[in-house]
Amino acid sequence: MSQIKIKVEHINPFVTSTIETFRKMVGLEAKPGKLIIKQGNADDYDISGIIGISGGAKGMVSLSFPKETAIKVTNKFIGASSADVTDDTIDAIGELANIVAGYAKKGLGEFNITISLPSVITGSNHRIKEPKDVFSFIVPFETELGGFHLAVSLKSVE
Amino acid sequence: MKILLVDDSNTMRRIEKNTLEKMGYTDIQEAVDGADAISKLTAGGFELVLMDWNMPNMTGIEALKVIKANPATKGVPVIMVTSESEKTRIMEAIQAGAANYVVKPFQAETLQEKISAVTKKAA
Repeated sequence: MSQIKIKVEHINPFVTSTIETFRKMVGLEAKPGKLIIKQGNADDYDISGIIGISGGAKGMVSLSFPKETAIKVTNKFIGASSADVTDDTIDAIGELANIVAGYAKKGLGEFNITISLPSVITGSNHRIKEPKDVFSFIVPFETELGGFHLAVSLKSVE
Repeated sequence: MKILLVDDSNTMRRIEKNTLEKMGYTDIQEAVDGADAISKLTAGGFELVLMDWNMPNMTGIEALKVIKANPATKGVPVIMVTSESEKTRIMEAIQAGAANYVVKPFQAETLQEKISAVTKKAA
């Protein structure tokens, strides 16, 4: 397979998938902001759901939330009323990342990608280090329950 | 009707269980991966399975093939409920014997419609 350069257009399936996932499964309108391209995914968030990507492209996709937004989104997603981060919050954020990555795959058929099971990182101001020589495409989203961001770090492979 | 929900995500099992309970189903059990599902199905009595695809230990498609190869369980309808959205994946599941396919993200109404279609056909 010849190498396909990752372009901004390849991020669109993840943006669409994020909008659809929040609308259909959480009942929230998630409005995307301006795309940021940078190396060093260093925004300050408290909980991130991460999916590894392999196949014709490798890297990762993540959804990162401030603690309060993660709790509110989870409560709306599963019909709970938690006041703090619980196992439910961690599972729900991981599942949202899983759905976003899985649904985006159909818009990236040229890469024939496979996704990993979700991992979730918690901790104030944690950083997610993307693979070497890979830029992060970061899309901030706003919802009525607060903001979060989608980060896609992808590199095509031979 | 005795129903088995198979998903490694507690969140998804909870959402699917809520949907089924709103439809009037109360005899609902849960499995956390394909291997757990096979173990519970072999004990018998289930009339419907909702199965995720990507799970540790044994994936949903692997479990589906085992279910359909076993005379004791092959008659149990299995609905795949998964974020695997490519046509090739859907075809693979249908060819392996899936009764229906629901792509995540889904609205509760969509899941209800697919369950109703399968249970009416099985009745």
